[in-house]
Amino acid sequence: MLEVKDLHVQVDDKAILKGMNITVEPGEVHSIMGPNGSGKSTLAQVLAGRETYDVTGGEITFHGKDLLDLEPEERACEGIFLAFQYPVEIPGVANTYLLREALNAKREYREEKPLKHIEFAKLAREKMKVLGIDEDLLKRSVNAGFSGGEKKRNEIFQMQILEPSLAVLDETDSGLDIDALKIVADGVNSMRDSGRSFIVITHYQRLLNYIVPDYVHVMVDGKIVRSGGKELAQELEEKGYAEF
Amino acid sequence: MSVDLEKLAQEEYKYGFVTDVEQEIAPKGLNEDTIRMISSKKNEPQWLLEWRLGAYDRWKKMKEPRWAFLRYPKIDFNEISYYAAPKSNPRPKSLDEIDPEIKETYDKLGIPLEEQKMLAGVAVDAVFDSVSVFTTFKEKLAEEGVIFCSISEAVEEHPDLIRKYLGSVVPRGDNFYAALNSAVFTDGSFVYVPKGVRCPMELSTYFRINAENTGQFERTLIIADEGSYVSYLEGCTAPQRDENQLHAAVVELIAHDDATIKYSTIQNWYPGDKQGKGGIYNFVTKRGRCLGRSSRISWTQVETGSAITWKYPSCVLEGDDSVGEFYSVALTNRRQQADTGTKMVHVGKNTSSTIISKGISAGEGQNIYRGLVEIGKNAEKARNYTQCDSMLIGDRCGAHTFPYIEVKNSTAHMEHEASTSKIGEDQMFYCRQRGLSAEDAVSLIVNGFCKEVFKELPFEFAVEAEKLLSVSLEGSVG
Repeated sequence: MLEVKDLHVQVDDKAILKGMNITVEPGEVHSIMGPNGSGKSTLAQVLAGRETYDVTGGEITFHGKDLLDLEPEERACEGIFLAFQYPVEIPGVANTYLLREALNAKREYREEKPLKHIEFAKLAREKMKVLGIDEDLLKRSVNAGFSGGEKKRNEIFQMQILEPSLAVLDETDSGLDIDALKIVADGVNSMRDSGRSFIVITHYQRLLNYIVPDYVHVMVDGKIVRSGGKELAQELEEKGYAEF
Repeated sequence: MSVDLEKLAQEEYKYGFVTDVEQEIAPKGLNEDTIRMISSKKNEPQWLLEWRLGAYDRWKKMKEPRWAFLRYPKIDFNEISYYAAPKSNPRPKSLDEIDPEIKETYDKLGIPLEEQKMLAGVAVDAVFDSVSVFTTFKEKLAEEGVIFCSISEAVEEHPDLIRKYLGSVVPRGDNFYAALNSAVFTDGSFVYVPKGVRCPMELSTYFRINAENTGQFERTLIIADEGSYVSYLEGCTAPQRDENQLHAAVVELIAHDDATIKYSTIQNWYPGDKQGKGGIYNFVTKRGRCLGRSSRISWTQVETGSAITWKYPSCVLEGDDSVGEFYSVALTNRRQQADTGTKMVHVGKNTSSTIISKGISAGEGQNIYRGLVEIGKNAEKARNYTQCDSMLIGDRCGAHTFPYIEVKNSTAHMEHEASTSKIGEDQMFYCRQRGLSAEDAVSLIVNGFCKEVFKELPFEFAVEAEKLLSVSLEGSVG
């Protein structure tokens, strides 16, 4: 479903991605690991369509479409979801309001009827239970005054509601204690199915004990230098990235 | 998305139509004859004519204020007509007597004058150019003793109240535009809520400028007697024209002991086009006196229209324990300029005031907050809280803040917070990643920014204000 070929990306004339390749098939979970500054988050942002990154070469196809041709909102409606490393605060906008607007934008894109308040509320309540999210969190402004854990859980909650076909989790585990980590992992695992894929970006093997990947890729200096199965993560945990 | 944007761009100002109606328009120019003409049209008593002429004398000696952070060409006051009125029945007893064209105008504006079609619980006074064409629910309000009518009618029907209160808040020589208004004011609304009465419905006035080369000089007077409560809302629109039109209003509010007046404005005068051509010059003096103990006056304004806005709704807190509030959203897009804010003058003891101002600048808009908080020497334990936030969209607009604080009593407690932010690229991207278009993302973020003010509006109008803000922001993102 996703094919990234020889992707080159710059920020302010500085090359970050230098010939990145990855192919993700439906139902697969890929983990991308690597040291700080290797370009992992850049890949996540470029997939989602962040305009501050210059794509200088290569191509990305998603469900057969040229992803680079699409606006960020079109990519979202096509099924790409990014769980942000640093979710932003939007004061005055209720969490539930943004989410309903987002879901309805997606439904409109698919030429479906918008969800009514009451239908949305029911859906939200179901998903909230799964993630142990307080009703209060829905009424509060988007991420405003949320703890680190609440922000990450909120991202997963949004993912549950929006049901993407490809979810990119950008260091969703950072700053989470073990209980929160389990909740987040459960939220992801409950969504795994044959049609939905995940790219899990992380520094640490810890998360991968809970979200078990099909493939692990090591990213260093803007490209993937080694790929393997889930055992590769364990190896990295023991040896570190020094050999790359 | 681009197709929708094009469509929206054409719809930008949807109130820009002109009503084709036979009008009586006074010749251009301002002199004593003009004033006499207006006064006689309205069958005014001699004292009021003299009051007007006195205002005109003062005005002639005054200079147009230029201290505001606004740039506009000199206004030629002799190129304006000071009176325009539809020729049809000047004071219809029923809807059937209203010119159908005018009725249709209000239908188009979404303000049907048929009572059964109206928003439940809102009474409307409809002012068309220089005259009030109709007031709804008058009888129903009269049952409670509430007077709601045009100011012209009040001059005839309730002369004692007019004589007692007109100019008691904004004296006729108060400032250049207030003096001009006092000389030539034509119509506006009058409200009196008797002792202990909670006005059973929202009152509102809808101002419409229609005639060309005409100024609108409206005058509104609201009196809330002891222990009463009234919520009042004004809305305004004007046709889309290439030349600028002047609107210089005066609004006076009086709150007696334990009375509350909530005054809300949704100002959507024609803002001019992208090149800054046309649009309303809006020079307005709005002031309320909290005369009584524990009285309260609350101003809420959503300013999205006009080419130029010069407006500082103020409260004079005379009664002990009285409360003044100012909640404002001002949006400037294209070449609009707004210099707006408030004055909170604390005279009585334990008086408190709150100022929440949200300025949004987009396009080449310039948004200025100007506010004065004055604590008098006898105002023991006065308190003020000011919060003043500006948001910038794009890099060609500007936001400026001029807060003035004068404290003459050492027991005062003052808080002032201010912030300026650019609409965050991070926020935009976050919303778009979730599936919202860029336009919807801006509108969502800006509406969130204004939340604290919108929640002060009567419910039906809060929804309208959000929509209006979204429409006014169109074209603000590439």
